[in-house]
Amino acid sequence: MIELSDYLMLSGILFAISIAGIFINRKNLIVLLMCIELMLLAVNTNFIAFSHFLGDMAGQVFVFFILTVAAAEAAIGLAILVVLFRSRRTIDVEDLDALKG
Amino acid sequence: MGFEKFLFYVLAATLIAAAGMVVTRRNPVHAVLFLVVAFVTSAMLWMLLEAEFLAISLVLVYVGAVLVLFLFVIMMLDVDIATLKAQFIRHLPLALVVGVIMLVEIFLVVGPGNFGGESFPNPAPQGPDYSNTRELGLVLYSAYLYPFEIAAVILLVAIVAAIRLTLRHRPDTKYLDPSKQVFVRKGPDRVRLIRLQPEPRRVTPKANPASGPENEE
Amino acid sequence: MENVYLTIVLAPLLGSIIAGFFGGRIGRAGAHWVTILGVGLSCLLSLYVVVGFVRGTLRVFDGPVYTWMVSGGIQFEIGFLVDKLTALMMAVVTFVSLMVHIYTIGYMADDEHNWPKESLAGKNGYQRFFSYISLFTFSMLMLVMSNNFLQLFFGWEAVGLVSYLLIGFWSVRESAIFANLKAFLVNRVGDFGFILGIAAVAMYFQSLDYREVFAAAPQLANVQIPIWGDTHWSLMTVICVLLFIGAMGKSAQVPLHVWLPDSMEGPTPISALIHAATMVTAGIFMVARMSPLYELSETALSFVMIIGATTAFFMGLIGLVQNDIKRVVAYSTLSQLGYMITALGASAYAAGIFHLMTHAFFKALLFLAAGSVIIAMHHDQDIRNMGGLRKYLPITWITFLLGSLALIGFPGFSGFFSKDAIIEAVHLSQVSGAGYASVLLTLGVFITALYSFRLYFLVFHGRERMDEHTRHHLHETPAVVWVPLALLAVPSVVIGWLTVEAVLFGDWFKDVIMVAPHHDVLAQMGAGYHGQVGFVLHGLMAPPFWLAMGGLALAWYIYMMKPVIAGYLMVRFGVLYRILDGKYGFDQLNMALFAGGSRGLGKLFWKTGDQKIIDGTLINGSAHGVGWIAERLRCIQTGYLYHYAIAMILGLVVLLTVFVTF
Repeated sequence: MIELSDYLMLSGILFAISIAGIFINRKNLIVLLMCIELMLLAVNTNFIAFSHFLGDMAGQVFVFFILTVAAAEAAIGLAILVVLFRSRRTIDVEDLDALKG
Repeated sequence: MGFEKFLFYVLAATLIAAAGMVVTRRNPVHAVLFLVVAFVTSAMLWMLLEAEFLAISLVLVYVGAVLVLFLFVIMMLDVDIATLKAQFIRHLPLALVVGVIMLVEIFLVVGPGNFGGESFPNPAPQGPDYSNTRELGLVLYSAYLYPFEIAAVILLVAIVAAIRLTLRHRPDTKYLDPSKQVFVRKGPDRVRLIRLQPEPRRVTPKANPASGPENEE
Repeated sequence: MENVYLTIVLAPLLGSIIAGFFGGRIGRAGAHWVTILGVGLSCLLSLYVVVGFVRGTLRVFDGPVYTWMVSGGIQFEIGFLVDKLTALMMAVVTFVSLMVHIYTIGYMADDEHNWPKESLAGKNGYQRFFSYISLFTFSMLMLVMSNNFLQLFFGWEAVGLVSYLLIGFWSVRESAIFANLKAFLVNRVGDFGFILGIAAVAMYFQSLDYREVFAAAPQLANVQIPIWGDTHWSLMTVICVLLFIGAMGKSAQVPLHVWLPDSMEGPTPISALIHAATMVTAGIFMVARMSPLYELSETALSFVMIIGATTAFFMGLIGLVQNDIKRVVAYSTLSQLGYMITALGASAYAAGIFHLMTHAFFKALLFLAAGSVIIAMHHDQDIRNMGGLRKYLPITWITFLLGSLALIGFPGFSGFFSKDAIIEAVHLSQVSGAGYASVLLTLGVFITALYSFRLYFLVFHGRERMDEHTRHHLHETPAVVWVPLALLAVPSVVIGWLTVEAVLFGDWFKDVIMVAPHHDVLAQMGAGYHGQVGFVLHGLMAPPFWLAMGGLALAWYIYMMKPVIAGYLMVRFGVLYRILDGKYGFDQLNMALFAGGSRGLGKLFWKTGDQKIIDGTLINGSAHGVGWIAERLRCIQTGYLYHYAIAMILGLVVLLTVFVTF
């Protein structure tokens, strides 16, 4: 049978890939957002796996809330992205240097 | 090796491959499409874990809404992909190193030694009458009612925020302002009576025979 | 009786407040009248108290009048202990103070000339002076009348403060400022010991009340306390020596004597009041009051005696070479204070107090007479410019002569009884160091006679060395000046004869001063006492008398017959002269070692501690350090989003590593 550690390792791989993705695509803001979505997916998988193996519904409730918040986050993030692009004509992270003193 | 296990490995391989594609594709549209694959695959994995409701909502909410939103945004923004991917190779080694370290450490923590079958035995499969949606709903509307309301508010805020952020005022568009319409008063705003000074009667000089009425008599 | 005692203390304070705060309004006459009335009232009441004790109509009063606070079970009170010792001190203090008040009217009459014209401090200086001396009288009365250590300390510090104010009264003079600062600082050294002693009393007796402390003292006689590591000293010795260090400061004993000669910078009346008759005797009074404690420590008594004898002899020697009329008297004061302290060390407390009383009269007389001379000489104090003043200042001359005779202990005069008693007592004492003290005191008599009459002959006899202008204006000083001289001359002559029997050998100090039987040298002397005449006749046989006469004769020979000898001796014993003229180098030592050391230390703290370490390293250094670190840290703060994201991820990796590894 599939064990808990299998799911956990799968989501671990997913998490590591998305971290590597953040490093690789450090310039493209939109891919960065996608990587974050992937990370959340990995975390959610963890939650659900634990929920299943421990027989506790709370894990799924948590995933439910994460989905909600992540959806909101994606919506606002993309909206900011759009506004940003409108004002600067780029989404290159390296051009976003207004924080630099 | 049962069917279930076979299914798990196939899905896991698909998921990892799709994720890998997401982070490596140069074209963001392709990346989003691979992300769709990854989400759908994980939804199927969640099915294996008997979380049917969440699996369905993942497909509906994420694939159906959020990822489509991503696609729309990418299409709306005219992004120069070539420059964005310029330093792709340069960052690859660091990414691999960090990723591998991360992976090794995660494996050390969550590997079979800690979370194997001995310590976490598989639960018995639920019967055909079991409804995951019902169970989740029972918990959600009782114990987690208050957080649920807050989640609703967060979504509302997200909607308002997204609209507010992207709303653009164009000075050249003509539009009606309903608030101004509501506040129109009956008297002066609709009909305006203007008092005009009467024109002074023009006295016709008698010398002019062509304009005098008397002359006509 | 409580009201009488309160009046005695508060009348001078009231006078001082009125003269001090409303001096400008009440004017000069108002100021001296109000203070003289205050002190006069206190003097009359004090005499009434003394008479009451003599007649036996008064009993010892010991009680609090006001509780200041209670802390940790110790009561801090203001209270009076009036017994025969206190009554004697009160009478002496108020009488001398009254005389000085009256005298000051004359002495300070033209004080405006001592101030620069536009000086603000000089405005109402006359009233201020009266306010100070009345305040001093109040402080001294508080000191002697207290029934606890705290009030004793209050009075102790108050007289120190007023002394500071008075020495520096002419605050526009550089030397006066130096002298008052010196007096204050040297007194601080003594007071440090004093307050440590009081603290030790409070710590081990759990009380500051005399009665309780004295009652508990015998039980604690053998207590040993750790001083440093494993060194243990007797508690009584520690307390007594510490208290005596305070007395050394106040009573100007070697090596804390250096302030007294310099304090002659102040106006002459205060030299008479403070630095001869009253304040400097506070130490003697204190030790006598603490006799139940001192009797328990042989070591402390020995220490007291050696210090006293050293002061008595060596300070007298310096008096031989001084040329300032007031300084000669000042060194004589130091020497006489040494006699009193030595008497205390020999457990002859009564003799010490007796000498204190007689000395107060004749030394105040000498100082005031010297002041009278100074007035006549238009504030020239150098005795080399005087001579032959006898015919110009007859009253001053006769009173000065009487005071000098009393000082050298001419038989029948007051000083004779007290000083002879001290020498005899020390001779009989068994305390270690008594032999040394006895020899020094006996020789000191010779020295005393020599410098006293050197001064006398140089001032009042011989060639007139002043310039023509001064000689032309020489005349006897006004009545307000000479009347106090005359009034002081009376007790200077007769007080010894009248009181020696009661004070020394009678029961005047019975139950007041406690003397252990094996220390009681006065009782031994009392066995051989047969009336004043017998005492005088016995004195005529003893070496001190012949030494005094020898000194007198030598002074007469050198300064009257062969004035060249003085110059010859000065050259012949040049080294000795320089040592004496340099006052044994105490001033140089203090200036170089303590003052210079303090300044060096202060400079070290200022330059290195404050400027380099605190300012340079801590304050500017921390600012520089923050700037330096910030300059480095600024590089991390790139402002790029992905740098922050990567930093977060790397942090996560590190945390995970830590988690996995440990």
